[in-house]
Amino acid sequence: MLNYIWFGMMAAAVVVGIFTGRIEAVTEAAIDMAKTAVTISIGLIGIMALWLGIMKIAEESGLIRIIARALKPITVRLFPDVPADHPAMGSIVLNMSANMLGLGNAATPLGLKAMEELQELNPHKDTASNAMVMFLAINTSSVQLILPATVVALMGGVASQVFIPTILATLCSTIAAIVSVKVLERRKRFALPETAVEEDTGREGDET
Amino acid sequence: MIDVITGTLNEVAKYIIPAMLVGIPLYALAVKKVKVYEVFVVGAKDGFTIAVRIIPYLVAILVAVGMFRASGSLDLLLRALTPFLNLIGFPPENLPLALMRPLSGSGSLGLLTDLVNEHGADSMPAKIGATMFGSSETTFYVIAVYFGSVGIMRSRHAIPAGLIADAVGALAAVYFCLLLLS
Repeated sequence: MLNYIWFGMMAAAVVVGIFTGRIEAVTEAAIDMAKTAVTISIGLIGIMALWLGIMKIAEESGLIRIIARALKPITVRLFPDVPADHPAMGSIVLNMSANMLGLGNAATPLGLKAMEELQELNPHKDTASNAMVMFLAINTSSVQLILPATVVALMGGVASQVFIPTILATLCSTIAAIVSVKVLERRKRFALPETAVEEDTGREGDET
Repeated sequence: MIDVITGTLNEVAKYIIPAMLVGIPLYALAVKKVKVYEVFVVGAKDGFTIAVRIIPYLVAILVAVGMFRASGSLDLLLRALTPFLNLIGFPPENLPLALMRPLSGSGSLGLLTDLVNEHGADSMPAKIGATMFGSSETTFYVIAVYFGSVGIMRSRHAIPAGLIADAVGALAAVYFCLLLLS
């Protein structure tokens, strides 16, 4: 999927760029964005270190486990493949709470921590597990209780008017995300690869 | 009434990060006798590796999105989708933002700024735009960073599911604004 989208976007950009006479801008954008990507990543180091440090303390003190247990009734339904008191559940809940409260800086490190813990449970290291896709889908459509600071700055006093529509719209998109993940994960074209164990025995059979 | 709720929430939000920064170590130290400083440093070490690990994935996604935006392909896509969107009553002023939102955070913030400057903050296009902006995330960025951090190459149904959710969110933003604010 990502292969086609990635190549498609670049190919479309070059073809359209030639026709619209913006091919130089396309080249410039490619080089600029490559630099931007590194700036963003390097900029993340400090914030990541801060939150991962605090999270380690929360983990050692058992706080993550307490949080994971408190929201067990919801999380076990969304992530049936993840053991209910696994640390991943705690990180997932914390990431979602940070998103809801509009704490973008804290949300990313918490989310990446959750991904790392989900990866430990993932039998196919290069392929997304069902739990990972569900987590990402909820994350990208996440319910927000607090308007982004940028919106408040731009809209001024009108910002409070869009508060309720924003919550309702995120609610709809989150429900759509959960439903579409559950429906799509059963489709054949998105199926998980055969388990590694089976692949290995198959290969042995061929050799003998 | 709503003013009070949003005001309070934004006021409370100011204290959440400081409360976490002090509250978590306090609990660990007082209740569980965790060596907080040493444990913090052990956890913080991962910050560097994770940030560096996502670089190639982020370069791949941001370069493709940047080229796509610079070429004017988005305008082309816009023109192709307009007849269909007119059919379902989607306001044409908000379409560029709806298409930009999953691709680029800074790009969609720019478009929202344009809407506010052009129509005024109190106008329907600006309100719908602000709702759209606030109600979704930069899907492609999140997918690149999150999967990149653990080396996932095959994203399976993550992109289709994310885009369906974005489309539903954009439509919901339009209809709730028209329903509640006009």
